[in-house]
Amino acid sequence: MNLKPETLSKIDEVITHYPTKRSATLPLLHLIQEDVGHLPPDTSEWVAAKLELQPINVLEVITFYPMFRQKPIGRRHIKVCRTLSCALLGGYKTCATFEQEFHTHLGEVSPDGEVTVDFVECLASCGTAPVVMIDDELHEKVDGAKAKQLSDQIKAEAKKR
Amino acid sequence: MIAPAKPDLVTVNIDGQEIAVPKGTNVIEAARLVNVDVPHYCYHPKLSVVGNCRMCLIEMGMPAVDPATKAPIMDPATGKQKINWIPRPQIGCGTNVSPGLHVKTTSPMVKDAREGVMEFLLINHPLDCPICDQAGECKLQEQATGYGRGYSRFVEQKNVKPKRTQLGPRVTLDDERCILCSRCIRFSKEIAKDDVLGFVDRGSYSTLTCYPGKKLENNYSLNTVDICPVGALTSTDFRFKMRVWFLKQTIAIDTESSVGANTVVWSREGTIYRITPRRNDEVNDTWLADSARVLYKAVKAVDRLAATETIEALVARAAALFQSAPGAIAVVGSGRSTVEEQFLTRHLATALKASAQLVSRVGQGDKLLISADRNPNVRGALVTGLIKTLPAQQLTDLATQIDAGKIKVVVAINEDLSVAGLTTAQLAKVSIVYLGAHANATSAAAKVVFPTLTVFEKSGAFVNQQFRIQKTLKAVPAAAGATDDLVVLAQLVVAAGGATLPAELAALWKAIAAEVPTLATMTFANLPENGLLLDATPFAALPFVEGETLHYKPAQPAVAAAIA
Repeated sequence: MNLKPETLSKIDEVITHYPTKRSATLPLLHLIQEDVGHLPPDTSEWVAAKLELQPINVLEVITFYPMFRQKPIGRRHIKVCRTLSCALLGGYKTCATFEQEFHTHLGEVSPDGEVTVDFVECLASCGTAPVVMIDDELHEKVDGAKAKQLSDQIKAEAKKR
Repeated sequence: MIAPAKPDLVTVNIDGQEIAVPKGTNVIEAARLVNVDVPHYCYHPKLSVVGNCRMCLIEMGMPAVDPATKAPIMDPATGKQKINWIPRPQIGCGTNVSPGLHVKTTSPMVKDAREGVMEFLLINHPLDCPICDQAGECKLQEQATGYGRGYSRFVEQKNVKPKRTQLGPRVTLDDERCILCSRCIRFSKEIAKDDVLGFVDRGSYSTLTCYPGKKLENNYSLNTVDICPVGALTSTDFRFKMRVWFLKQTIAIDTESSVGANTVVWSREGTIYRITPRRNDEVNDTWLADSARVLYKAVKAVDRLAATETIEALVARAAALFQSAPGAIAVVGSGRSTVEEQFLTRHLATALKASAQLVSRVGQGDKLLISADRNPNVRGALVTGLIKTLPAQQLTDLATQIDAGKIKVVVAINEDLSVAGLTTAQLAKVSIVYLGAHANATSAAAKVVFPTLTVFEKSGAFVNQQFRIQKTLKAVPAAAGATDDLVVLAQLVVAAGGATLPAELAALWKAIAAEVPTLATMTFANLPENGLLLDATPFAALPFVEGETLHYKPAQPAVAAAIA
């Protein structure tokens, strides 16, 4: 586990928030995923040692929640909503547009390493469907055209780097 | 003497029957006391309650009281206190009794609930009962018959999961059959203290898994197979060997250490197929070590001894040896013999005017069901008077006496003298009469060899570390060419000039009861299946080697280190 010093200090701090160390499992996993981008294979053992658990206890948590990723993703995480309102207003098309734009498939890292597109459940903005979240930023009313525009923007930023 | 405090009793009403049960009892156990079956999968009396299978749903209610005055509200129709029934079912395993609790286990709501739970459990359960080892002792089969809907409404595709995962050297997992009750996980964590099992993924994809890179390989792993209510966890040894309903069950005792865990031996047509634990809340709860389950392999071992002469001829040769060296005979008895055999061994030693000794076998105790003393019946030898002090691991005295030429004949019963510290030269120097089931260095050096029985081929009693006398019964017939130890010993006593003693258990126990004060009131037939505690006070001063194990605390600090 190669964590940044500030992540380590955050981890030590967050453990003190709970009456039993075990309760800090979820926050720790979130912190590690924020730092590394995903949860590498030795996460279970590292967290278990930190919280005085057995590795299987942590592995159960990691595999239970879809929000935890065990494989690396692209530089940006595009989450397209697929729940009712968004699906009715063209969420599937939005999703397909992102896939085409980045020549990738759902859940995979695009060939240029820029993005991973995921089709997710409700993002809680049904009034402005279809919605897309790119990393932590919500984009509303993303139809095919706007999806293309967002993709171009990402590609342009990537070129600048 | 002060009377022991009565446990706090709570009166509850289960399906109309009133019963007083100790406080803290849950509804499943309370119902068991009035012979009402509350079906369940995840609940196990010796594990923590998790309430995740939902099969034990019951309807419950409390007597109605006026909220303001706390006065009971009476039902005019019956003249009894009204019961406020909770409109939703509750789990029986997680509900502890409270005064006045009313429970219905047969109401339409409960029936519906059980049918619903059964239907969900069967959704992803494969229909492979015809090839499943659990068939015949499967809770899912029994409860689908007893409480299920009887037909399936399922038209979708069933899940596919791994069918033969090796969780460890002795346990094979069929994940499709798993109903996610988590008994095995809790057992590993709470009893075996080896937390390697868990559920990964979720919903219908939940899969019982051993942590990658680890194995379920502790010496108690097969208990997970016993407590698995379905055919998910199977014993690699027993898998696909025999249908359980063909097997005869015989009660027995685990003879690998002085814990004396209670077992059931499953056999058919003279062949033993498996050994499982038998519940004894004072000894082993419902558990048994894996190592105890392979002991039966000794019955059909390749090194079994078989007689080439009649027993009369063998006894005659032994008698000749006895007469050739009067006063120069030693008897080495065994802590692995039954109480009855040790009783006859004592008589043999007396008739031969020889000293009797045992060989101690000490190992590391595992704090659960294997104690430091690997002889199952050292205390039996104390009770029957065969020995007065605890045995040593090496027969140094005997070795010195043989070297000095004071001992010319050694009667060894089930003990390999070379393991107990006698050299090949010493063995060659004496005439050995050997009684035992398997070949070893001593039987090879012996002048007379009586092939005898393994513990599965004979009945008898063992006294465990708690001074609990427990019986084991004959599961399979004697191997060809082997004679019952009791028959051999009784004849040897006569050959040595002693009295005629019966070799048959019921008659022998009359003689035992007459001579051994501790066992004066007992007969073999009357020994309860869960054993009987004997008076241990005469032996309280002896430095027994056992450390703490399940349901046993040594009276004084263990001195295993000093002896080893």
